[in-house]
Amino acid sequence: MNISLSINTKTYERDVEPRLLLSDFLRHELGLTGTHVGCEQGVCGACTVLFDGEPVRSCLMFAVQANGHELTTVEGLAESQADLHPIQQAFWEAHGLQCGFCTPGFLMTLVPFVAAHPNPTEAEIREAISGNLCRCTGYQHIVQAVQIAAQKVHGGA
Amino acid sequence: MAATQFFGERIKRNEDPRLLTGQALFTDDVNLPDMLHAAFYRSQYAHGRILSIDTSMAQEMAGVVAVYTAADLGDYWQPGPLLVPPPPVKDIVFNQRTQVPLAKDKVRFVGEPIVMVVAESRYIAEDATDLIFVDIEPLPAVVGLAAALEPDAALVHDELGNNISAHVVQRKGRYEAAKAQADHIINRTLEYDHGIAAAMENRGVVAQWDRRAQRLTMWDTTQAPVFVRNGMAALLGLSENQVRVIAPFIGGGFGPKIMMFYQEEVLVPWAAMKLDRPVKWIEDRSENFVATTHERSQTHTVEAAFSKDGRILGIHDVFLHDQGAYAPYGLTVALNSQCTLLGPYDIENYYSEFTAVFTNKTIVTPYRGAGRQHGVFVVERLLDIAARELGIDKAEIRRRNFIPPEKFPYNNEIIYQDFAPLKYDSGNYEPVLNKALNMIGYDDFYQTLQPQARAEGRQLGLGLVAYVEGTGIGPYEGARVQVTSSGRVSVATGIGTQGQGHFTSFAQIVADQVGVDVSEVDLVTGDTDQFHWGAGTFASRGAVVAGNAINEAARDVRQKILKLASDLLEVAEEDLELGNGEVRVKGVPDRAIPLGQLAQQANPMRGAVKPGTEPGLEATNYFGPEYGATASGVHAMIVEVDPDTMDVQILRYVVVHDCGEVINPLILDGQIQGGVAQGIGNAFYEQIIYNEQGQILTGSFMDYLLPTALDVPNVEIDHETTPSPLNPLGIKGAGEAGAIPTGPLFAQAVEDALNHQIEIREIPLSPSKLWELTQ
Repeated sequence: MNISLSINTKTYERDVEPRLLLSDFLRHELGLTGTHVGCEQGVCGACTVLFDGEPVRSCLMFAVQANGHELTTVEGLAESQADLHPIQQAFWEAHGLQCGFCTPGFLMTLVPFVAAHPNPTEAEIREAISGNLCRCTGYQHIVQAVQIAAQKVHGGA
Repeated sequence: MAATQFFGERIKRNEDPRLLTGQALFTDDVNLPDMLHAAFYRSQYAHGRILSIDTSMAQEMAGVVAVYTAADLGDYWQPGPLLVPPPPVKDIVFNQRTQVPLAKDKVRFVGEPIVMVVAESRYIAEDATDLIFVDIEPLPAVVGLAAALEPDAALVHDELGNNISAHVVQRKGRYEAAKAQADHIINRTLEYDHGIAAAMENRGVVAQWDRRAQRLTMWDTTQAPVFVRNGMAALLGLSENQVRVIAPFIGGGFGPKIMMFYQEEVLVPWAAMKLDRPVKWIEDRSENFVATTHERSQTHTVEAAFSKDGRILGIHDVFLHDQGAYAPYGLTVALNSQCTLLGPYDIENYYSEFTAVFTNKTIVTPYRGAGRQHGVFVVERLLDIAARELGIDKAEIRRRNFIPPEKFPYNNEIIYQDFAPLKYDSGNYEPVLNKALNMIGYDDFYQTLQPQARAEGRQLGLGLVAYVEGTGIGPYEGARVQVTSSGRVSVATGIGTQGQGHFTSFAQIVADQVGVDVSEVDLVTGDTDQFHWGAGTFASRGAVVAGNAINEAARDVRQKILKLASDLLEVAEEDLELGNGEVRVKGVPDRAIPLGQLAQQANPMRGAVKPGTEPGLEATNYFGPEYGATASGVHAMIVEVDPDTMDVQILRYVVVHDCGEVINPLILDGQIQGGVAQGIGNAFYEQIIYNEQGQILTGSFMDYLLPTALDVPNVEIDHETTPSPLNPLGIKGAGEAGAIPTGPLFAQAVEDALNHQIEIREIPLSPSKLWELTQ
């Protein structure tokens, strides 16, 4: 099937098998390997991408379902490693990652959350990331990173 | 000395920008031209005889390139190596049985690979496994540990005649004599089940054979790239320099990724060479639950002799340990349990006997804590029971039994996992306990908080446990440090990295020696073409052993810098200082040479290098500790138990830890927080449950519950510092500490909350388990 979609503001047109998972399409057809696959069961959240601005699990979708839609992956958050998105910067400062495998999924889950929450409580943050599993950090530094990120995005509000 | 001291600073990590932007290379990110993909047909039976294998339909499928069974492997089919030989313990029984690349004749656990399919895509390879027909005659599955030793039990390995993998007795002092003097004897049967590592990244291997260069390159999610390189070269009949193993960024290790060789690890490179095309295999999560090694359960039948004032006079412990179907990792887990049971306590008489049992279950190898949890659970439960029965405060009974600071180094006499006597290098336990009591508000809890809560009908409980962790064992690690002509410093070491922050903590050590900023140090880990000596990342040893090797090499480079600069600047070495990326004359800032320029001068195009000197500002050095460094800690926790649902909510969690000198407190905090989260998972959420047919009933993240952000509390952390005398940096390992004592902590806190209506003798717990216990 021919599909056309926008990823990180760039348009891609490809001919794909209907059964190809969106996660595999991103990683192996387009080389956007920043999106990671942890369980392919929709539980861990590592493969989260933005689908028309909403976080979705790319392992639970087929590539063909993305036809005509706008996606953002972790590669779309920053121009370069020297120019990080405020949420990436906050994760760096707070040591919000260790092995870094789950991190892209957390970042993509948090982009809309931080945009909508200028001053989130710890409980709101924990609820927001409760669908993403991290095996390294114990979440504490991630929670701190989100607090820092909200300040950065909303100018200390 | 360097102008700035980086050792001990909370410095954010060098590796993070790569990881945060999705640019870091993980094994599944390796995509090579013309690459093939592997999938495995795995046993659905725990135990059975293979009657026939029919792969004809799979072979005919479009896109399938090859299908291999054990029969196709010829001489390449052989049992894997024994990674850790049996310890030098008198009268030991050890029956060596290691895993095979593909099951032949018999299957011994659910998930054991039987057929390998190689195809043009992973999708096709998986389709083809559905077209494979394996006729298996099921045999009774060996599941329970005690049942495995019954005379009529089925046999995992027929020719053994029983299911005993090993039998080990270790003794210190004489338990019977201690018992004769005891005022109080406690007998219990305790069960501790440790779960699976469940790293967010599953395992994977990519192999590429370069026919022209006659070289094999392997990207492997391993914690031990040098051992994998050496082993694969031997298996494939290549010389070691024909094999390059790269352990790139790895999405969490926690132990199972040090196991070798996994069946897939042996088969993928072999197929790549045979087919002359790159081959990739990436494990999926369902495979991970059955094919990646577990830790699991032990049953301890323990007796302890106490004096009336709560001193442990002796412990007599007999336990069963589950090895799974094969035991490539020897007895490391069981030995850790046997040794760590002694904890931070001065126990003069100890009898410990274990039987390691083969079962029709996934192979057991170390997972973060590596059996230490089981031992800590036993001794901490004994202390809790004794405190209650003797009417002694639970903090006080621990204090009374601590090894006093003047007794270090303290020799426990029995043999540890590194085969050296279990000797504690240094420690000072009472200040750690006092700090934890203070932080958790111990007295206030019992005087005010708990009585008030009870008056309101709320069930609050406090837990408090102590533990030690043997860390930083040998044999050795090495490193090469080089000041490059750009002025940046390159470091290569043989260990792999799985999130521990090596790119930063090791850079801090180098930066201090050479006088550059931490961000000017580039580290390569786990690439055998960059550094081909070393053992691996395990046993909380990376910082201790590789960190000190890097320190030695960096110090040598510092000497070379001083020597060359002394010649060029015509001043004595003592009059020079390093800092800000240059070497300069003290007090004369404009008499300085940038390190990059000095590196160029050390590698001249013309002229002669003096005899006895080496070109370049480079050095390689090694470090091997005499024996492991022993870290310690106390965890304290306050919980509330819901009387209706038996859910347990953690209100506070305190860790006071002593791992000697700390390189980077920010990274250390992260290690402890993450360890605690895994400990909480082990204590209350995670359990691999097998039914009597040997099938895993909790084989997905829907059933095997990893703790989420809603389940893990903030951890309040503080430290004491008792340096290790065994290495120049004075450091001890910290990777596993957070995960070790959480099981007994939960047990004690929940019993306290329930006002001792129940006595907890097992881990993991769950709301339903607690409900059953209270009925």
